[in-house]
Amino acid sequence: MLTTWAYISNYFVYSAMAVFTISFIAHAFETAFAVRAPEAADSTEGNLLLKTLDYKRTEKSARIATAMMILGFILLLAGIVARGISNGHVPWGNMYEFSITGALAFTGAYLAALRKYDLRWLGLFVSVSVLLTLGTAITLLYRNSAPLVPALKSTWLVIHVLAAIISGGVFLLANVVAGAYLYLDRLESRGPRPGWLQRVPSLEVLDQLSYRLVAFVFPLWTFAVIAGAIWAESAWGRYWGWDPKETWAFITWVAYAAYLHARVTVGWRGRRAAWLCIFAGSTFLFNYVYVNVWGTGKHTYSGL
Amino acid sequence: MSKEIEVPELGFFALIRYAWRQLTSMRTALILLMLMGIAAIPGSLIPQRITNQIAVRDLFSTNPDLAKWYDRFSLFDVYGSPWFSAIYILLFISLIGCVLPRSVEHYKAMRAQPPITPKNLSRLEHHHEFAGDAQSMERASVWFKKNRFRVRKEGNSISAEKGFLRETGNLLFHLSLILILVGVSFGSLLGMRGEAIVSVGERFVNVATSYDSLSFGKLTGEKSLPTFEIKLDKFVGQYDPVTNAPKDYTAWVTIKENGSTYKKVIKVNKPLTFGDTRVYLQANGYSPVVTVRDSQGNVALQGPIPFLPQDGNLRSIGSIKVPDAEPQIGFVSSFVPTNARTTDQGAVSIFPELLDPKLLFSIWKGDLGLDSGIPQSVYRIDTSKLEKVGLGSVKPGETFTYPEGSITLETVVPWINLQIVKDPGKSYALIGGILAVLGLLSSLYGRRRRIWVRITSGGVEVAGLAKNSAPGLDVEIENFVNAIRGEK
Ligand code: HEM
Repeated sequence: MLTTWAYISNYFVYSAMAVFTISFIAHAFETAFAVRAPEAADSTEGNLLLKTLDYKRTEKSARIATAMMILGFILLLAGIVARGISNGHVPWGNMYEFSITGALAFTGAYLAALRKYDLRWLGLFVSVSVLLTLGTAITLLYRNSAPLVPALKSTWLVIHVLAAIISGGVFLLANVVAGAYLYLDRLESRGPRPGWLQRVPSLEVLDQLSYRLVAFVFPLWTFAVIAGAIWAESAWGRYWGWDPKETWAFITWVAYAAYLHARVTVGWRGRRAAWLCIFAGSTFLFNYVYVNVWGTGKHTYSGL
Repeated sequence: MSKEIEVPELGFFALIRYAWRQLTSMRTALILLMLMGIAAIPGSLIPQRITNQIAVRDLFSTNPDLAKWYDRFSLFDVYGSPWFSAIYILLFISLIGCVLPRSVEHYKAMRAQPPITPKNLSRLEHHHEFAGDAQSMERASVWFKKNRFRVRKEGNSISAEKGFLRETGNLLFHLSLILILVGVSFGSLLGMRGEAIVSVGERFVNVATSYDSLSFGKLTGEKSLPTFEIKLDKFVGQYDPVTNAPKDYTAWVTIKENGSTYKKVIKVNKPLTFGDTRVYLQANGYSPVVTVRDSQGNVALQGPIPFLPQDGNLRSIGSIKVPDAEPQIGFVSSFVPTNARTTDQGAVSIFPELLDPKLLFSIWKGDLGLDSGIPQSVYRIDTSKLEKVGLGSVKPGETFTYPEGSITLETVVPWINLQIVKDPGKSYALIGGILAVLGLLSSLYGRRRRIWVRITSGGVEVAGLAKNSAPGLDVEIENFVNAIRGEK
């Protein structure tokens, strides 16, 4: 019975991957075919060779891309719920489960931001990263459904991990935006953007956007760390023990606090702020990958 | 930069004031904050005494030169090191120096009236100008009131302000960081932490000598241990039959405290609580209960001996020391709860529960070295002054006989490791944490803004200003303008 749910979960995850692949192809199609070669008639004025973008031609593929992204999100969500049923507890007990939930959070952050901002230019990147994450998860990190080790049996686990995963999804999205900022900044210092990048908003918008994303989730991350401390107190008898995972959560927290300070109180903008944002996001990724895989300490559980 | 040149000319107090201002400046705070993050890194890469004492000892034996250098810079105790402390103490002085004066200022600002309407509104953002009359003013007042702005009316103009919660939240956040630190310091100065292994059937009495390890904060000591007794009646570890991973640990105990006796259950996430002392179930293993007799058949040792688990299937090592035998006898032993033999590893355990327990040992006689004064591990025997007399193994109920005597494995009982912790600062840290999140929420989502409106001969002028260029003021002002015009 419970094994059946595990199979169902896997089918959902595989279907989600298929759907994300369609989304990826549609995004790629959109990006590639919206670009118009410069026409002779256009070359009356200065920007002779500037390619233009014409999204009317790719309207349909854009819709498919986003629709598939939403469908992928739903399928993945179903997969995670089924996994939870098969486990008999929330599906956040090992790295496979963290990864698929992280992919869900990342997609969710993108879709939520898409409602407010014109972010579809990011879709290509989002679909690729989600596919890579799911692919790695299901091939390298997959573990059979298993009961939780006793220390993980706690309501605080649910709260703590959920908050951490959502924060992670948004942090990574902010990092992607900051990365796009740096890349475009370099391109623009050499000349106008190539056609396929015209869709991406101006540098100021990117700069603001990555700040908004961080400012939005920083309280949630703070909460995640505190919920973790409460859980550690009841499981291990201390709320803070400088375990590697805790240490890196702290480093991430301090790094983002520094980023917010740099922006709000010292007035950093643009390139410096983007680098600091990427640094802070990397500490989060490092925590996830390094400490889970190679680290020692209480957060490294039975075989990932 | 130019300030630095002035330094030599300053007098002593001016110098102090100068240093104070530098320390409490935002830039210093930012640098300290980043330093703190960076300083925390080595502690997660180099083993720490507080989390992994064994790895530290290993490094001292495999690479003593490196270890010595690490030690010189406190790299095995990063979070208690002078340089780490220096950073966070400076950070918090800086924080206090900045936040306290700002709190006072903010308090005054909250009680003060909004600043008067600037003369030239057209220079400000979100400037609107349109036809209007005295009614417009009336409508503006109503709108401000409905939207809970603080207003100041002056002649033909109103200045209105909203969003103090942002700064309030920000100050609350920073103040609560101080509270967290106070809580952490309380815990480390007034707290205690200790561990004790208790086998099923044994009794733990909360006095210093019952502990296997025990440490107190700087400002407290043995007298602070509350009196209670815990008798371990039963312990059950459940394991998943497929993955062998632990599913559940439960300990049933009888507690004696203040003259009353009652029963309780301890689980991994459910500690016992005695005031601000809590008792946690931390680890578990097996204690073979043995009887060792000498060659005349007199009992030289009897009781449970805790063994130290080595892997997930609880293959355990231990030592049975019999100092009262003549000559002294020691058993270098291993114990497997579910015995299986492999050709290359010898005895292994294939499941963590007691399905087919077996005790294996080599027997040594001579001087156990217990009187040498050098502390010894309870799980190991120094065999340098001993002579091997045999090899053997027993299952429960069996007796193994050798020339100097015999050993009987009576039964096997589980042991648990109790961790006993007193942390009187915990609740401060928790309250600080909760306030920090609340403060952050109102600080990061709050928007402070001002709106001005003035009736001029030509009509109505409106303008606004958002602090920190918070978004959304344009929409708000549009609503406001519509309201004044009577359109909504
Ligand atoms: C050492 C002393 C510190 C000082 C003097 C200081 C001062 C400030 C000031 C003036 C602000 C600006 C608020 C505003 O303009 O709205 C601020 C914001 C903030 N500070 Fe600090 N702070 C200090 C330490 C810290 C620490 C240790 C943390 C956390 C790790 C922290 C986290 C934040 C955050 C998250 C914000 C919000 C930024 C925003 O409004 O977007 N601060 N701080």
